[in-house]
Amino acid sequence: MKHSKLALTLIAAAIGLIGCGEEKKPEPPKVEAPKPPPPPPSIEIKIGSVAPLTGGIAHLGKDNENGVRLAVDEANAAKIKIDGKDAKFVMMGEDDQADPKVGTTVAQKLVDAKVAGVVGHLNSGTSIPASSIYNGAGIPVISGSATNPKLTEQGFKVQFRVVGRDDQQGPAIASYLATNAKPKVVAVIDDATAYGEGLANEVEKTLTAAKIKVLPREKGTDKTTDWKAVLTKVKGKRPDAIFYGGMDATGGPLMKQGRELGIKAVFAFGDGACTDEMSKLAGDAAEGLLCSQAGIPVKAASQKFLDAYKKAFNVDPILYAPFTYDAANMLIDAMKKANSADPAKYLPELAKLSFIGATGKIEFDEKGDRKDAEMTIFTMRGGKIEPIAIIKGGNSMTVDEYLKMAAPGAPAEAPKPAAEAPKPAAAAAKDEAKK
Amino acid sequence: MDIFIQQLINGVTLGSVYAVVALGYTMVYGIIQLINFAHGEVVMIGAMVAFSVITALAPGGWPPLMVVAAGTIVAIPVCMAIGYGLERAAYRPLRNAPRLAPLISAIGMSIILQHLALLVWSRNFIAFPQIIKSEPYHVGGAIITNVQIAIIATSVAMMAGLALMVYRTRLGTAMRATAQNPHVAGLMGVDINRIIAVTFLIAAALAAVAGVMVGSYYGIAHYQMGSLLGLKAFSAAVLGGIGNLPGAMLGGVLLGVVEALGAGYIGDFTNNWFGSNYQDVFAFMVLIAVLVFRPTGLLGERVGDRT
Repeated sequence: MKHSKLALTLIAAAIGLIGCGEEKKPEPPKVEAPKPPPPPPSIEIKIGSVAPLTGGIAHLGKDNENGVRLAVDEANAAKIKIDGKDAKFVMMGEDDQADPKVGTTVAQKLVDAKVAGVVGHLNSGTSIPASSIYNGAGIPVISGSATNPKLTEQGFKVQFRVVGRDDQQGPAIASYLATNAKPKVVAVIDDATAYGEGLANEVEKTLTAAKIKVLPREKGTDKTTDWKAVLTKVKGKRPDAIFYGGMDATGGPLMKQGRELGIKAVFAFGDGACTDEMSKLAGDAAEGLLCSQAGIPVKAASQKFLDAYKKAFNVDPILYAPFTYDAANMLIDAMKKANSADPAKYLPELAKLSFIGATGKIEFDEKGDRKDAEMTIFTMRGGKIEPIAIIKGGNSMTVDEYLKMAAPGAPAEAPKPAAEAPKPAAAAAKDEAKK
Repeated sequence: MDIFIQQLINGVTLGSVYAVVALGYTMVYGIIQLINFAHGEVVMIGAMVAFSVITALAPGGWPPLMVVAAGTIVAIPVCMAIGYGLERAAYRPLRNAPRLAPLISAIGMSIILQHLALLVWSRNFIAFPQIIKSEPYHVGGAIITNVQIAIIATSVAMMAGLALMVYRTRLGTAMRATAQNPHVAGLMGVDINRIIAVTFLIAAALAAVAGVMVGSYYGIAHYQMGSLLGLKAFSAAVLGGIGNLPGAMLGGVLLGVVEALGAGYIGDFTNNWFGSNYQDVFAFMVLIAVLVFRPTGLLGERVGDRT
């Protein structure tokens, strides 16, 4: 009896608490951007940055956060005035642990803290659930690295991204693979995350369209380190190429174990496993892998950014830092243009912004995707990944050509604005022809 | 057929690692009926310490085998110290407490160890220096590497050594006596505290070696690597009959083989309804199946409740 009474009390209390939580919710969207007319002549503008700062891809998360931090620090140094007041930008860095549940919690936390805009999240798996929370609060969010198409297909006005999408990246790597390695049978493996599976699906679609046989999908998890069983099974079907949709922490062991099992196939990866870490994780076995990254290689980012990053953090950017840097700068730029840090006011400016950043020219289409996003194909040579081709607007070029075209400081306009959806098959073929 | 042999080789390699870790669970459980949930973390620390030593020595130009041996030799005492510390700090004060208390403190220690490792070795995946070149040998169309052979051989040697110790020495006799009834063993002049501490030391030493094996086999270490490995090894111990040494060995190898074969074949049998992504699940499905029909595990015998 006593127990049941206690339980009832607890439940009642819990309901009360939940009730409180809900009551608060509708508030944030309106009461944004403190605009108290009389008091101080300076305003504090909070910009959220969300990325996994713990777990397997913490190194990439930190890289993302550093990009935002650099942009915020530079904006503060530039003493920007918004609505006649000195703007003081503050970065709120949050850790979503690459976990969708934590991602939404953290998103709510940022909304409650009344941030003016958010750069993040790193993973598609966390970005997608979080996006509806930002949308509910009307807070603009720009991802510098989430490539799953679904993110911008939800019709959310506040959601943008400055990288390409899997349905552009997948076809790029798949058609490069198809035209260069000319495989007859390809095994596709993924890590069962929104990112890995989405990418693998796009690759499979492109390969099938190119009349290449694709084996039934094999899967691991984002923590799998023992791939031997899966690879042994795959080996029995004698593929000429193996594509893995997943991150480097699992892709490295995958490739190493594949070579140990005597698999001679070409290994291809998406951007998550397109890092120098691969050579550490897989050793010599990593040589010759092919991988793609949405966007441009870090070293093709503007020299100004690279120098500033190195100076600020004493390390080189790894992967997405130039993109999160641009994303944060775009938020700030849109606020400047709108002369307000109120999301409702600067959001329209953001949507039509034409911005030249560390990764070149950025404009958004009506979905919030970057127009004419570049894709880069890399290979591993001597323990370092080297870009071998950049695919932009349906055209492929070598990196040197690209660098010449987008000379630092004066980024030339996109040479062939052309069609939006790249036709990488043709592009890759052209690249081949050039060689 | 060569595919089948290859899967068996994969499974036995994986299984011998499970077996060595499972021995640690089963020894401790056998003696004080405690599931030492921090054991997986001790394995992780073993891998991490070995990583640090190997990284430091790798450029020195020593023969690779010596470098790995040095890593193991340093990892063993570190893990033993941790094992002993666990027993002294978290379990001995609770020895006469209700069963749940030490279980909770074990989980707590596991979290503490994980986060200590996070502080020391960072949260990143750590790549083991690839100093040992893996040499493939062909066996009936399948490939076994020198690393795999070394892992299997080391595991067998350690298990044999442990069995000899437990069944042929005075210390082993004292351990078995303590396992049967600590109070009576104490009355017979066995120093219970010492025996329990020694058990933890041996389990930790085994864990250290297992950590080095896992790290150098996969070439990767991570501060969370101990949890799933520990859980699987614990399942292996339960599968074989917890508290039973040969049971842990059998359970470990069996679990590894089931995992490899499951991941390799279930997709073909079920028309890809069940795929290799269920690899981690097979271990637990087998565990549940065995426990339903044989609650004491494969080799476990029914024991009366001790009060």
